[in-house]
Amino acid sequence: MPEKTTPLGDAALVVELGTRIDTALNSRCHALAAALEKRSGVKEAFAGYSTVTVHYDPDRTSFTALKAAISKLLKAKPRVGPSGRLHRLPVTYDGPDLAESAELLGLTTLELVRRHSQPIYRVFMVGFVPGFAYLGPLPPTLQLPRRRVPRTHVPAGTVAMAGEQTGVYPLPTPGGWHLLGRTSMPMFLSDNDPPSLLRPGDRVKFHPI
Amino acid sequence: MTVLRVEKPGLLTTVQDLGRPGHRAFGVPPSGALDRFALAAANRLVGNPEGAAGLECALNGPLLLALEPCLIAVTGADFTPCVNGGEIPLWTGVYLAAGERLSFSGRRGGARCYVAVAGGLAGKRWLGSLSTYLLVEKGGFDGRTLEAGDELELAGTPPRPLVSGRHLSRRLLPDYGREPVLAALPGPHYARLARASRTALWKSSFEVTRDADRMGFRLDGPQLEVTGRELLSLGLTMGAVQLPLGGQPILLMADHQTAGGYPVVVGVARAALPLAAQLLPGDRLSFAEVGLAEAQDAWRRLRRSLEEIA
Repeated sequence: MPEKTTPLGDAALVVELGTRIDTALNSRCHALAAALEKRSGVKEAFAGYSTVTVHYDPDRTSFTALKAAISKLLKAKPRVGPSGRLHRLPVTYDGPDLAESAELLGLTTLELVRRHSQPIYRVFMVGFVPGFAYLGPLPPTLQLPRRRVPRTHVPAGTVAMAGEQTGVYPLPTPGGWHLLGRTSMPMFLSDNDPPSLLRPGDRVKFHPI
Repeated sequence: MTVLRVEKPGLLTTVQDLGRPGHRAFGVPPSGALDRFALAAANRLVGNPEGAAGLECALNGPLLLALEPCLIAVTGADFTPCVNGGEIPLWTGVYLAAGERLSFSGRRGGARCYVAVAGGLAGKRWLGSLSTYLLVEKGGFDGRTLEAGDELELAGTPPRPLVSGRHLSRRLLPDYGREPVLAALPGPHYARLARASRTALWKSSFEVTRDADRMGFRLDGPQLEVTGRELLSLGLTMGAVQLPLGGQPILLMADHQTAGGYPVVVGVARAALPLAAQLLPGDRLSFAEVGLAEAQDAWRRLRRSLEEIA
């Protein structure tokens, strides 16, 4: 599909490159964001799953100039980004939603754990709160809609899943995903720059313990 | 140099500067003053760079004792600022002698006032900014709200001479009010709004609910409906208005979540954000559609107002 560029307020814009969770599409978004961040007048470019949100200074560039630059950048052959680091995360699968999720999926809890810990997931983006990595894609046999009523408090280190996504809550926050277990690996590294263990493009493997 | 002692902290007083942009890719919001115009003006009024750290005081305000002579300016909301009990003007540089107290004797309007001190406040810098981000307890005064007994230090030597009496004229201020009209642009998912909901969006007024903090304000108004399949999470910004399934919009503020999957139906223009920052639960707002060029010109006019403070 051709990209769609729309304003987001008067100093940001959103480019939509697609509507699916897809590694190639997401890589294009990260490559576009990196290329845009080198342009004068661009303050920050954030790659989502299939979009790029660009924060710009209207006194140094314009929406029209950026829109044209984006079209041009997307016509060029996409650069293949470096493959990220592989993180091995030990997980105790004892979450409050483990049994219920297995039942909804028609699996035993053991089978759910096996299937969830089998793939090597990609970090599509880090967002929501500091250090929260959106991992995926989740195997189709594990996909459930979000919980109808989100929890007001999910402890830091909780491993959870919803839809095509999985991840680890880095901080105690509200959350609407299904809670499967917990890891002792800190996701939010408060004294590091960047303050996140996981970075876009990194890969993650869960190890049941 | 220790310049002020906190005798009473106020309800929610934090150290803020103009934020830490550039870290959204790791989930870190920009943070910083909700009313960036008011903080920038306060700093200019005391001769600081616009981005120096000052205090953001929500709802009431602190009681501060000057330990050294200093130059301050109070801007933003009107909480009736007083020195040793006598009212002082807002948007004006004011000299404080050692032993004098800055207090606030009652809210007349607005939600957040800003106190700048010549020399700027010191604090714990995190990712390039002194702004307090309460969720992760980083930045500002040990990552927390001020408490009684805290002593505030200056970041640098105050500019000399301390020139009091610099003033920003009322006519140069944003159009603060209890029911502001926020200039806004249709957002990336505006086309998903049902026709009746588009009309309702521009024609109705919305109430700021109790669910309103530095992350964002949940609004209450007519039910708005969007169509189409669920979205994938995308990058957000201050001023973006999300529409969750319940149909009640959320206006994102400085500590906003950096990504989210709800449709973004409008984006509030930068020049209108100070107006939103001065709203409390129960206050009402509405949205007025503006073009991109018009919105950017309004921001340039605000910038020129700041530059008049010399």
